[in-house]
Amino acid sequence: MSAERVAAARRPERTLLILGCATIACALLFLLFNASGQWDFVLPFRGRKLATALLVGYAIAVSTVLFQTVSGNRVLTPAILGFDNLYVFIQTCLLYFLGSGTAASLDPRLLFGVEILIMVAFSAVLYWGLFSGGGRSLHLVLLTGVVLGVLFRSLASFLQRLIDPNEFIFLQDRFFASFNNPDQELLLVSFLLTLGVSIVGFRMLRTFDVLVLGREMSINLGVDHQRTAAIILVLVAILVSVSSALVGPVTFFGLLVSNLAHALVRTYRHALVLPAAALVAGVCLVAGQFILEQVFAFNTNPRVIIEFVGGLVFISMLMRKAPV
Amino acid sequence: MIETRNVTKRYGDTLVVDDVTLRLPVGGITSIIGPNGAGKSTLLSMVSRVLPMSSGTVLVDGLDVRTTPGDVLARRLAILRQDNHLTSRLTVRELVTFGRYPHSKGRPTVQDREHVERAIHHMGLDALAERFLDELSGGQRQRAFVAMVLCQDTDYVLLDEPLNGLDLKHSVAMMKQLRTAVDTLRKSIVMVLHDLNFASCYSDHLIAMRDGKVTFQGRPEDIMRPEVLRAVYDLDISIQRIDGDWIATHYR
Repeated sequence: MSAERVAAARRPERTLLILGCATIACALLFLLFNASGQWDFVLPFRGRKLATALLVGYAIAVSTVLFQTVSGNRVLTPAILGFDNLYVFIQTCLLYFLGSGTAASLDPRLLFGVEILIMVAFSAVLYWGLFSGGGRSLHLVLLTGVVLGVLFRSLASFLQRLIDPNEFIFLQDRFFASFNNPDQELLLVSFLLTLGVSIVGFRMLRTFDVLVLGREMSINLGVDHQRTAAIILVLVAILVSVSSALVGPVTFFGLLVSNLAHALVRTYRHALVLPAAALVAGVCLVAGQFILEQVFAFNTNPRVIIEFVGGLVFISMLMRKAPV
Repeated sequence: MIETRNVTKRYGDTLVVDDVTLRLPVGGITSIIGPNGAGKSTLLSMVSRVLPMSSGTVLVDGLDVRTTPGDVLARRLAILRQDNHLTSRLTVRELVTFGRYPHSKGRPTVQDREHVERAIHHMGLDALAERFLDELSGGQRQRAFVAMVLCQDTDYVLLDEPLNGLDLKHSVAMMKQLRTAVDTLRKSIVMVLHDLNFASCYSDHLIAMRDGKVTFQGRPEDIMRPEVLRAVYDLDISIQRIDGDWIATHYR
């Protein structure tokens, strides 16, 4: 590496500034491009979409970075704890037992609250059941998460086979990431939840930094590792619920933004990595949605593109790690 | 003082550490020696609360390590284990600065910075301070980690095989640096060592372990005897007195 590149990599603040400007530019482009003068309709309409995209990007980015910090692994994402499969499972159950008519008429905030409670309870059970012994138990938690994730997915697809085809379409509509039909109430609740998570997280930023050194070093430095890991898992559960409820599961997106952010700012400090990841996510989602709407005229699904690129990154990361 | 009372570690039916009751001397270097699987590292991990014990008590200055808040202990006792892999890229200085976390909670003061520079200098890392850890050799990285635990500025420092991966020159340098830290800063260092002769030449106190039990302890001249080492290692080891040191020859 040349001295110049080292110097550039050592200036994460500047990278953050550039990312911030890029996000604002994307947001403005998204809001104003081709609006053809109908401001009173276009602005609130696009504004809602924009807010959803930014909020979801933030939630996915922060949850993935924190999860990777606590698991000490850059290839894992919350998806491996089975979180988004659980979300699919809950949704399927609701539809199966209530029918699409009832499910659609329920207060989305109530539904959302129940979902989040189940998600957090799930992470708490995983945590308390498996974390209490010392040593290698994080891997046990992760492994259990993988197995449970498969279980949830299988149960969900089993139920989906039993469902009426029309209801299945209704269901599928909910799973595929889409920023076109955000619910305003849901958006507000999600925003407040995310704000709460951020406040808790903000006060622990320096503790998160220590976790980068691994479990034993953190304990040596006086961090209550068990407690911190538990808090992080709850925060992650809430954030994943928020993003899943707003746009459905997006498995590989977190992996993508987290690794991009780490590559861009190249520091262990969460005070810099977390905003970088959130901004990268914001740029990707807003720009992606813009291209989708203006270039492809809604003819493609953003999730397909995200999962395609994310999957490629995932495979390349595994390949790169393998030979060692 | 560090005191262990009936400390036991069991994995299933296997006893790794078997009812160890010890008082580790204050000040000086104490080395734990013994064959593979004797439970040396496990004992060290339990003393430092990194590994929960199956039964027993460990007291550090009278504080029970199981109930005392982590940050209180972190200002009295530091541990460095064998393999420390990091998920983020850190420079040597950033790593050493983490050693001040128990004191500054991540907001290093001017005094903290001075501690950091002193530790870097003490371990001879001045030229490498801005380098990333993954660009260093194994020995240099090991020295950076030792600098970090020294920077933590605790009375007790526990090291699990600090000479691991160091060549002869750096092993000698490391032991001299640790000796200086003990003599000038009045620290108590407890370490697991595999090299009998380093243990003999630099330690004030030796503890020999076998099959999870402490079999012998005492000054180097008490432990460095063929009959004692025979009982610990199952090996005929002859001892020579060379320049005032007890040297074991066990190569043939």
